Order: sequence, then structure tokens, then C-alpha cells
Amino acid sequence: MNFIMRHQSTLTCAILLAATLFASSCKEERKLPIYGLRDTKTVKNSDGTQGVDTVYQTIPAFKFLNQDSVYITNDHFKGKVYIADFFFTSCTSICPIMHRNLKMISEKFKDNPDVMFLSHTIDFKYDTPSVLKKYAEKLGVDGPKWQFVYGPRDSVYTLAEKSYLVAVNVDSTNRDGYVHQGFLVLIDKDRRIRGAYDGTNPEQVAQLEKDIPVLLAEDKK
Amino acid sequence: MRKFTLISLVSLTLISMFYSCQTAENVQQDAYYVNGRDLYLKHCQNCHGAKGEGLGTLTPPLTDSIFMKANKEKLACIIKNGISTPVTVHGQVYEGKMPEFNLANIDVAQLVVYITNAFGHKQGMYTTQQIENDLKNCK
Repeated sequence: MNFIMRHQSTLTCAILLAATLFASSCKEERKLPIYGLRDTKTVKNSDGTQGVDTVYQTIPAFKFLNQDSVYITNDHFKGKVYIADFFFTSCTSICPIMHRNLKMISEKFKDNPDVMFLSHTIDFKYDTPSVLKKYAEKLGVDGPKWQFVYGPRDSVYTLAEKSYLVAVNVDSTNRDGYVHQGFLVLIDKDRRIRGAYDGTNPEQVAQLEKDIPVLLAEDKK
Repeated sequence: MRKFTLISLVSLTLISMFYSCQTAENVQQDAYYVNGRDLYLKHCQNCHGAKGEGLGTLTPPLTDSIFMKANKEKLACIIKNGISTPVTVHGQVYEGKMPEFNLANIDVAQLVVYITNAFGHKQGMYTTQQIENDLKNCK
């Protein structure tokens, strides 16, 4: 009895510590899903047996002119996490909202060299690199972290629909001339899709902001 | 004493009744403001922002009271026909192009009431009649 009385505080501390450790060890780390089509391939294990491995959908090689009229490819995003979207500069509907939100995110991660941004224009007629440059400057985000790219209709539209899973199209009945979805697509350093967020929805944009660090932490391991 | 309390209570009620009554013009202005807010959400907020803050130097903010006051007669023309000439707001030149919005005169009036009374402005009522006159002088 005397012993317990004397060591009561130490005991309480020990119990608390044990409880905390127990609780934290149970918490599973949040991991982002991997989207897109999957395939399998047969691989040879180190012990000579055969196994099956998953092949995830990845963003294929691309080459586009950026706002400085310089060709950029996947190499530009090597080892980095990036957020891709599709827009056009004369768009008055969802693009301003998407880019208002994306700009806010870019400011939050401006000191992190592992986070980049890639906006593709779908207006292959008007949005030449010089127009994109002006747009980037006016949006206030002109720099190497956020690339605005211009490419031929076929390559950009195919990339959008087949690889980033974002619908884009020319629509002559629309006032702006084009229709597209406002997804901000999160790509990991292995070129896989790890998230798609509606860039016009504040809640989903907030989720994107929370998910970027999760993805970055995963790459650290 | 009781009489005094009674009189003061009655007069207080009367005074508060008088002050709670809005003038007809106030009621109309409030109606315009509320409808104008809905129209703003639908047509303007994408670019000009929820707080009228604009977007970079792509879209000018609507928070410059001096600009709003000085250009009030031009607002109807700008909304209805769009604008492609540069404007200077808060000392910053904005060169972008604003598209035209084909709205009825009363909608334009409601929008003007909203944008000149929200975002820290307090510029009062603007009637559909005034909008009609302004639209005759569009350049």
C-alpha cells in the first residue's frame, strides 16, 4: 500500500504512456488509392518461383511546348508529385474557379520543390505559348513550378481522356467553344493517378490539400 | 408613477414601430440587392470572386468604391456589352476582355444594386429606368 502511494504519479505516467503507445500503434496510416485500369504481369521471384505483379495505369510519355516556348516532357516531373488539369484561357465558366483554388494550393506548397503543377490548354487554336505566358503572369503564378502547356489537339485530347480520365471536347454550341471537366488530377512520382478532385468544389479542393502531404510522405519511405 | 410608466411604454412602442418601418424605396432596394446577389453568383462570381476580390490581374476586383462611383453610369453598358478596353482599378491596369451578358434591364439594375452595395460599398438604389437611360449612351 505504501509503495503504491509513493509511486502513484510514476504509475499513472506509465499507464498513460502505455495507453498512448497502444493507441498510436493501432492507427493505420492513410494511403491514397491508385486509380485507372490495371493489368498483371508474371514476374520471377528471387527464389526462382513465379509470381504475379500488378501493372498500374500510368501517364504515358508526352512532349508539349510550355509558356516559355520550351518543350517539356515527363522528365520535368521526374521524382515529383504533380497536379494536372485541363483548361483554356478564354474560359469564363469553371476555369477561373479551378485556377483560383489551384493557385491557393500552389501558394501553400510554394516552398516544396517536390510539388508541381501542370495545366494543359484545350484551345489549340488560340492558346499559343505567348498567350499562356500572359495568362500565367496575370494569374500571378508564372514560374517553373507551374507549367502551362500547349499541344496539338489529338495529343492533348487523347492524353486527357485516356490517361488523366478527364473529359474534354470542342463544343460549338457552348458560348466559350469548349467543354471540359474541372478535375485536378493528382499524379505520383511513378506517374500513377492517385486522386481526382473537382477544382470547383471547395471541400474537394481542401481534400486535395490534405492528400498531397500523404502522398509526399509515402514517397519518403 | 404608474401613469408615467404607461406613457413611456406606449411612446417607446410607437417609436420602435416607426423606426422598424422601412420606406418603400428601402424595401425595393433590398429586393434588388437579394436578387442581384443570385445573379452575381450565377454570372459574375466565377471570375470576380465571392468577395469581389477579382483574380490576379486577369479579372479586376469590384472593391474599388471610387471606381464604382465614378463609373456607375457605365456599369450597365459593361455588363450588357462586355468590355475589351483596359480599365484601371485600385491603380492597377486590367487589360483582359470581359464577355457580354445578355440580361434584361431589370436584372442589370439588380446586379448594379448588388455590386454597388456589397463588398464594402454603400451606394444605394439604382432603378431599371436609370439602367435604360445608361444603355442609350453606350459607346
